[in-house]
Amino acid sequence: MKYVDEYRDAELGRALATQILAETEAGRHYKVMEVCGGHTHSIYKYGIDDLLPPNVELVHGPGCPVCVIPMGRVDDGIAVARNDGVIFTCFGDMLRVPGSTQTLLDAKAEGADVRMVYSPLDALRIARENPDREVVFFAIGFETTAPSTALTLKRAKSEGLSNFSCVCNHVTIVPPLRALLESPDLRLDGFIGPGHVCTVVGARPFEFIPGDYGRPIVISGFEPLDILQSILMILRQLREGRCEVENEYKRVVPQEGNLKALEVMAEVFALRPHFEWRGLGFISQSALRLSDAYADFDAELRFSTPNVRVADPKACQCGEVLKGVIKPWECKVFGTACTPEHAIGTCMVSPEGACAAYYNFGRYQRQREAV
Amino acid sequence: MSEAAPAPPRTSREERVLQIIETARAKRARFRDERITLAHGAGGKATQTLIEGLLVPAFAKTGDGVLAQLADAGSIQAGGTSIAMTSDSFVVKPLRFPGGSIGELAVNGTVNDLAMAGARPQALTVSMILEEGLESEILKREVEAIASAATAAGVEIVGGDTKVVERGAADQMYLCTTGIGVIDSRARLSTDGIKPGDRVLVSGPIGEHGTAIMLARNQFDLDAEIDSDTQSLWPAVDALLDATGEQLHCLRDATRGGVASVLNELARSSGVSIVVNEAQVPVSPIVAAAAELLGIDPMYVANEGRLVAFVSPEYAEAALQALRRTPGSEHAAEIGEVRAEPPGMVMVATAFGGRRVMDQLVGDPLPRIC
Repeated sequence: MKYVDEYRDAELGRALATQILAETEAGRHYKVMEVCGGHTHSIYKYGIDDLLPPNVELVHGPGCPVCVIPMGRVDDGIAVARNDGVIFTCFGDMLRVPGSTQTLLDAKAEGADVRMVYSPLDALRIARENPDREVVFFAIGFETTAPSTALTLKRAKSEGLSNFSCVCNHVTIVPPLRALLESPDLRLDGFIGPGHVCTVVGARPFEFIPGDYGRPIVISGFEPLDILQSILMILRQLREGRCEVENEYKRVVPQEGNLKALEVMAEVFALRPHFEWRGLGFISQSALRLSDAYADFDAELRFSTPNVRVADPKACQCGEVLKGVIKPWECKVFGTACTPEHAIGTCMVSPEGACAAYYNFGRYQRQREAV
Repeated sequence: MSEAAPAPPRTSREERVLQIIETARAKRARFRDERITLAHGAGGKATQTLIEGLLVPAFAKTGDGVLAQLADAGSIQAGGTSIAMTSDSFVVKPLRFPGGSIGELAVNGTVNDLAMAGARPQALTVSMILEEGLESEILKREVEAIASAATAAGVEIVGGDTKVVERGAADQMYLCTTGIGVIDSRARLSTDGIKPGDRVLVSGPIGEHGTAIMLARNQFDLDAEIDSDTQSLWPAVDALLDATGEQLHCLRDATRGGVASVLNELARSSGVSIVVNEAQVPVSPIVAAAAELLGIDPMYVANEGRLVAFVSPEYAEAALQALRRTPGSEHAAEIGEVRAEPPGMVMVATAFGGRRVMDQLVGDPLPRIC
């Protein structure tokens, strides 16, 4: 595929791997966090770990928007979906995320009209085509997907669609990163910055990472060469004693972000005082609700929901895994109460999360290390 | 900043945790779900739990009987002849799609299950479940499709049944088939036959049927010319048996769940590891592009006219040439090989130069948001 294959060239990848090796100091162990779930996916898909020297370790970050939705919010979604006449729409990978007793797929099997959409605009189309039904969109995602939800709501308002509403679970990336960085036991050397989020918010919001916490961050694209190049840039900063925000993804990310997207977000959304993250607990000002001007479209106001907080089991240590303080197998519930079939924390919910990957492939990893 | 530290040796606690996981995995699948979800029909882990946790224990008389092998077709001895027998059902939506329709699919799907057992397909029965109100024109068209696909595959339709259900109790029409074939004397096919060193072949570009169906459903506003690969695979099997005889160790048609699911199932049941060279896997540009856009891996997308063959290494080239001479399998390729370790796992050497595990699907391949 043109414009894609160029960024997947194996030979260039090997050349970058050699350069990466040259930037590392023997005897030093490097931990680099990729913030975004999209990066985790690419790393897994292309086997990027394999190309890195053994002392460069990638730590999966909190940036999978599906996995961080807490059980209580999933329960609320299911409660809305169960209302007579409701068509409940959401992105595909949300369907399997466990609530306290079931998933949206289970609710669908029990008769709820749950439909997968590829875009909030698809949900809006369904609302137009079914004027006698209530159509609800379960909005999730970081700043990457928030603008499309915002535009959809603007359109719904201008069309006067009264049977459309939205459960807003949009979250923002900076507060959880700050929470991680605040931790005194943090063991991370640098960050691969979330390229898609940055197309919207720009590079500036990440200046606090080098500024306040002394860690380099490189905003990265999602192709394998992008990720290797970003790791190289992080290691180079470390070796040269620099610490700044660099932009590897210049072909897409403008320094100031997308002002129009930010504008429409500011109109449609307002900050929630706090929001719960699966495995990470409450983080203040880390999520968005619909603004007062759009309250008519707020499904949380339109439908009654249990709105009960379902606590993550106390033993869940996703936070420590994410900070790189403990390995998955050191968590108290790993492999016993928390398994891929019955996941508790965010690291186990996503098949690419650190815990799920270790659960499924740990045995294989052990063999690889033994070679 | 983190301290300089070589990777620590595995501690006894880590060993214990890994042991707990191994024990949990080795347990027989137990079917404990309260309700059937679409995941139970998707060909991944949930389907496996349903089959191994409910159906096999209920139906298999002994642990090593025919059913316990979980092949596409079962075999029985009748009057000194080895007979392969299979049944299948078809609920595809839409009924017609580029490159085929439900009628054609029903014949080819059944014939292919027989062919994977090394059996020359002989006869089929076809039952129809029709929804009240179905237009007769649609029915006529599908009956014709069944007839012509049967002629093309060299099988006779020898019986059937029709039922009509109330509007809403079925979606237009469902087809259920039974197929019978005579196991070819050249064939020595079984999952036990797969050995480390065996080469893995696919008979053509993968993911075309599933992609054609996804696009025909019109959910994505994508326009692309891609036809389903539905076809009878007996000619390909016939050619393979001719070229390799008993050096052909195992065959599977990569239907629901795609090539990845077939490989996972076989790696588990044969206790071997399978390594796939991603760069060698034939994928047409349209399928690759659609999969890229939708966030789906073509290895998990359904095929209806592609087989996966395991052949001893010395015969791999002959097998490949035999496939490539067979109409419909001209673009066959060798995609990987069988190894002893790590057992039960499918590994991918990525085109980019890394490695990853190609796991079983948990449910339907759901598109990713991120």
